[in-house]
Amino acid sequence: MALTGVLRPGHVAIRVLELEPALKHYKDVLGLVETGRDDKDRVFLKAWDEHDHHSVILREADEAGMDYMGWKVDSPATLKKLAGDIEKSGLATDTGWLAAGEQLKTGERFRFTTPTGHVMELFAHKDYVGNGCGTDGPNVNPDPWPDGLKGISPSRFDHCLLYGDDLDGTVKLFTEVLGFTVSEQIVTKADPDFMIGAFLTCSNKAHDVAFIRQPVKGKFHHASFELGSWEQVLKASDILSRTKTKIDIGPTRHGITRGETVYFFDPSGNRNEVFAGGYIHYPDKPVITWYDETLGPAIFYHDRELNEAFLSVFT
Amino acid sequence: MAKHRITIVHTGEVFACDEEDNVLHAASDQLRRKDIPIGCCNGGCGVCMVRVTAGRYVTRKMSRAVCGEEEEASGCVLACKLYPRSDLTIEVVGKMVRAIVARRSTSFSFEFKATTQVTNTGKET
Repeated sequence: MALTGVLRPGHVAIRVLELEPALKHYKDVLGLVETGRDDKDRVFLKAWDEHDHHSVILREADEAGMDYMGWKVDSPATLKKLAGDIEKSGLATDTGWLAAGEQLKTGERFRFTTPTGHVMELFAHKDYVGNGCGTDGPNVNPDPWPDGLKGISPSRFDHCLLYGDDLDGTVKLFTEVLGFTVSEQIVTKADPDFMIGAFLTCSNKAHDVAFIRQPVKGKFHHASFELGSWEQVLKASDILSRTKTKIDIGPTRHGITRGETVYFFDPSGNRNEVFAGGYIHYPDKPVITWYDETLGPAIFYHDRELNEAFLSVFT
Repeated sequence: MAKHRITIVHTGEVFACDEEDNVLHAASDQLRRKDIPIGCCNGGCGVCMVRVTAGRYVTRKMSRAVCGEEEEASGCVLACKLYPRSDLTIEVVGKMVRAIVARRSTSFSFEFKATTQVTNTGKET
């Protein structure tokens, strides 16, 4: 198998209540790098090891939460094909094109809304700015990491966990139209066909996006960023405590995906995660199943029970 | 710095909160029981909503997704963004009805109908 079609999460657009405290959080505490602003007062940021211009977009709004999530596909031809497939499937609503340049340094995007109410988009092009590691020009004789990193400084935006009602429809759209596979699922033991959580991947990662069934539309649980080791998760937690950033839970381990994690909140109450580890996924890996009665260890392996905030706190 | 007395109607509990501190932080600092649900602590998730029934206060920006203009006008505000300017009397509002309430995993239920039946006030039952 070669990695084709939808390659990876490309960006997440997050609404914040006040821009300045948000920027202090995302730049100084989380440690993303600002790469641009536009005339709509959107601020564009990226993690240090990402080559594309941005992966996080912030805008000030009256409501916290996620505006949309973008997926990079392998070519303009794939973008056209998948747009047509999405239209034909009848599974998505509010479909349409956004012109190249509407989002800074980004080519045309095809936007749609999933059955769980989440706005998603596909794009094939974003300008490269590089990771700053090359010693003799970009990507030539690179150092392993660049100088001047701040805060937690994860390597990349990795995935989102989202809450919505029509989980079956969204899983169908991602698997049958967009080519994702389910790596892990949570089902009710009484009715194993009733899925309450789906962890979906388009790559070798244990998940690129996850959805949990909740009686809401378009809600945002967290955006996650990747760290290289458990020790870095511990150090991230030290940074969160030192900066008096509200930690939700952790550092601990997820049963699902086996990732080592800490959850925390941005100054508008949007949840962030930094994590390390997990496993390499291949499309022939059998689906891992968790029952609702073991949801505790599935989510937080050490405590073996959910904290009160996991299901009730989202934006 | 002026300290004000905050009274929770349901339980009669009283705690102190100065003008620079928010009511949720003061409550979680001083009360052992979780009388007010603690969520994001940053005005985004809405689980700490209370109704101020007496007293003067100021608030900082709260997400309109969880605290609408009419709610705010009726005295419903998020405790994490609530700063007293006099003694306050507050009621805890069961804002978790908008989501399934997270219980201990052993008693956890995903049934959707729970969302209209729950009138949780954040206390362990």
